[in-house]
Amino acid sequence: MASLTAMAGRRTLRREERPDGPRRKRGPSSPGIAPWLFLLVPLGLLVVFTLIPVANMFWYSVTNWDGLGPEKDFVGLRNYVTVATRPQLFEVFFVSLYYIAASFVQMALALYFATVLSFKLRLRNLFKGIIFFPYLINGVAIGFIFLYVFQPGGTLDRITGALGLGDNHFWLGDPSLVNWSLAGVSVWRFMGLNFVLFLGAIASIPSPLYEAAELDGANRWQQFRYIILPGIKPIVSLSFILAISGSLAVFEIPYIMTGGANGSKTFVIQTVDLAFKFNKVGLASACAVILLLLILVITWVQRRIVPEERVELS
Amino acid sequence: MSVIDRPLPVAAPSAPPEISAAVRLRRRVAVALKYASLVLAALVMVTPIVVVWMTSLKTPAEAAAGEPFTPPSNWFNLSNYVTAFVDGGMAQAFANTSFILVVSVTGTVLIGSMTAYALDRFSFRGRSMVLGAFLLAALVPAVTTQVATFQVIDFFGLFNTRWSAIVLYIGTDIVSIYIFLQMIRSIPVSMDEAARIDGAGPWTVYWRIILPNLKPAIATVVIVKGITVYNDFYIPFLYMPSEDLGTISTSLFRFKGPFGASWEAISAGAILVIVPTLIVFLALQRYIYNGFTSGSVK
Repeated sequence: MASLTAMAGRRTLRREERPDGPRRKRGPSSPGIAPWLFLLVPLGLLVVFTLIPVANMFWYSVTNWDGLGPEKDFVGLRNYVTVATRPQLFEVFFVSLYYIAASFVQMALALYFATVLSFKLRLRNLFKGIIFFPYLINGVAIGFIFLYVFQPGGTLDRITGALGLGDNHFWLGDPSLVNWSLAGVSVWRFMGLNFVLFLGAIASIPSPLYEAAELDGANRWQQFRYIILPGIKPIVSLSFILAISGSLAVFEIPYIMTGGANGSKTFVIQTVDLAFKFNKVGLASACAVILLLLILVITWVQRRIVPEERVELS
Repeated sequence: MSVIDRPLPVAAPSAPPEISAAVRLRRRVAVALKYASLVLAALVMVTPIVVVWMTSLKTPAEAAAGEPFTPPSNWFNLSNYVTAFVDGGMAQAFANTSFILVVSVTGTVLIGSMTAYALDRFSFRGRSMVLGAFLLAALVPAVTTQVATFQVIDFFGLFNTRWSAIVLYIGTDIVSIYIFLQMIRSIPVSMDEAARIDGAGPWTVYWRIILPNLKPAIATVVIVKGITVYNDFYIPFLYMPSEDLGTISTSLFRFKGPFGASWEAISAGAILVIVPTLIVFLALQRYIYNGFTSGSVK
């Protein structure tokens, strides 16, 4: 998305090159209503399903609306004060920290495997496919697979038992374990995407660079440190930012696997519960606004760190 | 840096082989570690799926024994799949998902390419404002706004219809617009002009020149969007609670309720949902890799 604005600048240069059709009545650079006809439906959808909901969300967040009745009283910032002062509402932010920690692991693993599989290797395509495939699997199916794997005395416990790490963990029942387990599932699921993105970025580094480095006696680590890493830095930092804003918006895996029980409730689960289970649309909107602002801040930081042009690597 | 200038060590013939032996050993260990890490990763990725696949072929008694690594007695016992398919309403779910998928993907391709055409090939007043509106929308993660989107869907009477998912998939996909915008820049404007001289209007130019030349971008959008729609849980879960509107995600999710303890049936349901993905992946591997590399780097 970063380069939409860059595009806007570039486009205008072409204005002069385009002669208008003979039927145009207005000035030479006026295409009439044609573009608006093409934009009618897309813009309509954009306004109705994105812009209006965002505006409404800000409005709901300063009311006490229950989402059903006509009663919608302005309550000022009371909902925001509630979120900030009621610990059980704010607590869910700490759950995100597990997923943020997991995204560091995820990036490191993806980077390692992308580097290793960038070089000639036996069964390269097989390994590539196996590492990537989990990303394509349906989230509910992944949830069920790991519900089975995490059963006390089940698959994972057999493995930890064989390694001498105990064989009866409550992977999803123990509040001190549950978020690690769920964040682990998240790494299992999403690592493949980062891996393939990094692999693509590494492949776009011109190969004479490696050959030259090899002639100069650079070893693999030096090649990674001085050629690969600088070459793929933009995509790595972009992925990082996306992973972190994704960590704040986790929903599927914990909702499917635990329903938010045992201290695994995330911010989005809480918001959905508030809005659709407890009919507190006002309060839920305040939560959603906070999340939106947080993600905007993170995106803004990313724009500052990663210069736009270089994001367009692929 | 002066290695080349130095004379070769003639007097020490035994030294170089020794060093190279050590180096060779180190290299061999490094290669072994590399393969070990790859095999370990492959095991971590595959084991959960294989274990669940084996469970799906077991009889209820075998599954209840709780031996995940013991293979099923009959590798062709498909009775759990029949249970999942019939009692899980999977036929209906696949039909619903297919319908939503085909309409949404077609709609996304048309909407995205038309937007890209209008924004790239015309200069008109308000153009940068429109671009700005799309840019703004791209910053808003859909997961945050559902609280308010719900009211809009409800207002249009779309709640609990398949159209709720369809309009949301089509109407909130900015990434596809971006993919088309990138691609359309590489189609020479002279092609439009040639068609115009032959008397083609904007619609003909779009339909005859732009759309056919966007094929690679269309392939990317179809793959990325298709997989996203097939796997989506959040939107059908929020907007289509009715039982007979189940998509494969929500039907599978609800299937666990009554079958909570019979892992052989749940496993069969999960595998049933994965198989189409696996087939598509094996058939279209190259396109899928390319699609996600060009689709995800926004």
